[in-house]
Amino acid sequence: MNNTIYLDNAATTPLRKEVLDEMMPYLTDYYGNASSIYKIGLASRTAIDSARERVANVLGCMPKEIYFTSCGSESDNWAIKGYAMASLKKGNHIITSKIEHHAVLHTCQYLEKNGFEVTYLPVDETGMISLEDLKNAIRPTTTLITIMYANNEIGTIQPIKEIAKIAHENGIVFHTDAVQAVGSIKVDVKELDVDMLSLSAHKFNGPKGIGALYIKRGVYPHNFMHGGAQESGKRAGTENTANIVGLAKALELATENLDEKVKKLSELRDYIIDKIQSDIPHCRLNGHRDMRLPGNVNFSFEFIEGESLLLMLSMNDIAASSGSACTSGSLDPSHVLLSIGLPHELAHGSLRVSLGYQNTKEDADKLLQVLPGIVQRLRDMSPLYEN
Amino acid sequence: MLYSEKVMDHFSNPRNVGEVENANAVGQVGNAKCGDIMKISMRIENDIIEEVKFKTFGCGAAVATSSMATELVKGKTIDEALSLTNKAVMEALDGLPPVKVHCSVLAEEAIAACIQNYYDRMGIEKNVSKSCSGCCETCHNHDEHNNI
Repeated sequence: MNNTIYLDNAATTPLRKEVLDEMMPYLTDYYGNASSIYKIGLASRTAIDSARERVANVLGCMPKEIYFTSCGSESDNWAIKGYAMASLKKGNHIITSKIEHHAVLHTCQYLEKNGFEVTYLPVDETGMISLEDLKNAIRPTTTLITIMYANNEIGTIQPIKEIAKIAHENGIVFHTDAVQAVGSIKVDVKELDVDMLSLSAHKFNGPKGIGALYIKRGVYPHNFMHGGAQESGKRAGTENTANIVGLAKALELATENLDEKVKKLSELRDYIIDKIQSDIPHCRLNGHRDMRLPGNVNFSFEFIEGESLLLMLSMNDIAASSGSACTSGSLDPSHVLLSIGLPHELAHGSLRVSLGYQNTKEDADKLLQVLPGIVQRLRDMSPLYEN
Repeated sequence: MLYSEKVMDHFSNPRNVGEVENANAVGQVGNAKCGDIMKISMRIENDIIEEVKFKTFGCGAAVATSSMATELVKGKTIDEALSLTNKAVMEALDGLPPVKVHCSVLAEEAIAACIQNYYDRMGIEKNVSKSCSGCCETCHNHDEHNNI
């Protein structure tokens, strides 16, 4: 396993040693319930309070506006269902996009089945929504807009600030699923002026099973998890102290010297993109060329299928992913790739490489060394390909 | 996706890749929408499949089932080849994950489509082509799933 070149950081990331070190005491000696008043409980309480402050510092908000959840999906579910329910008296219309993560899409579909109306905005061939489309979709009954910050498959970054402005000009609350953005690019909730924002620790070298939802003061989604008084009475369940501490530490580490990291990773990304484009014929870069996550590379290769490509990469100790149906466990290829207008065969033949802080130029070179040969080998086997 | 060692062997070292020169039987099944296309070509002489090759666009299981199916019919009579079932292909590969069963069905269909093409060329009036019943629903029952 140690020889594996891990290029699937959009799926999840390795836990950093420094993060684990900071979590460890709360997995061992400090097991107390943060709601208890004795010393060992207070230690947990102090750690959680401090973690909340640290997260708020990075995101540019007040600690009270940060709520810890079990994952990014929970944050999305809470924000969307919670706010949809809370604003029912005003209206029942929600606007989202066709390329959201399933945590948002399936939540919206659930609401649709239960009396809400949802507009799914289309995207252009780069994966960008149109602000005009957004304005035109707004109805008097629109209560919530939820648009992802950056796409998990093709890396396209949406104009979040502009979307927030349009939402607020129309008295609409704006939530963004920023799971792929936080830790990867600068995210300042006050500067963006978003009302709710979801994030997840394991996307930035933190632990799995912990996320957070930023809820701006004055925005009141209904509770999602009912029970005890944790998280200011808004999200019940005994706090996962170790994971909360881990989230805070990982976020601080990820955003340290962020500008420099973004520059370095973007250069590595562009190196891979340029090299693939020059070395492999019949390929297509998916996503926006510039408004793109620094670690995201996504290509479709004509005449071949993604799972075969991944298996051959895996035989070369390279871990990556694809939008092919065969790898998703579902019946159709990626809804994101179909939404940017790819025909099915190109959607099946996609490769996503997502870089993390630990990836080096050597990793990129290893990929670039084997990829052209693998693509050619599969093409030689394909009935769709003729020299 | 957990594939058996046999599947990985046939995927990484596929047998009988290519197109038979002077083939007198060619069959293609599946479509790009579903993500799998198999094309099989044969040279049949005196009722015997003397040569068989395949080209496949598809996942690891699609490649492995194509490879195994061609191995299983090579040197066999037409009737023996027609009696090849997807189950036999799967068993020969030590099984397939449930979502990949349709790949073995496609392999069985590809063999039949190829032999049907042989009969058509020879002017033999027999219908041996097998069409997918959509039983595994992997294809969402796309209308165009059948032979193209």
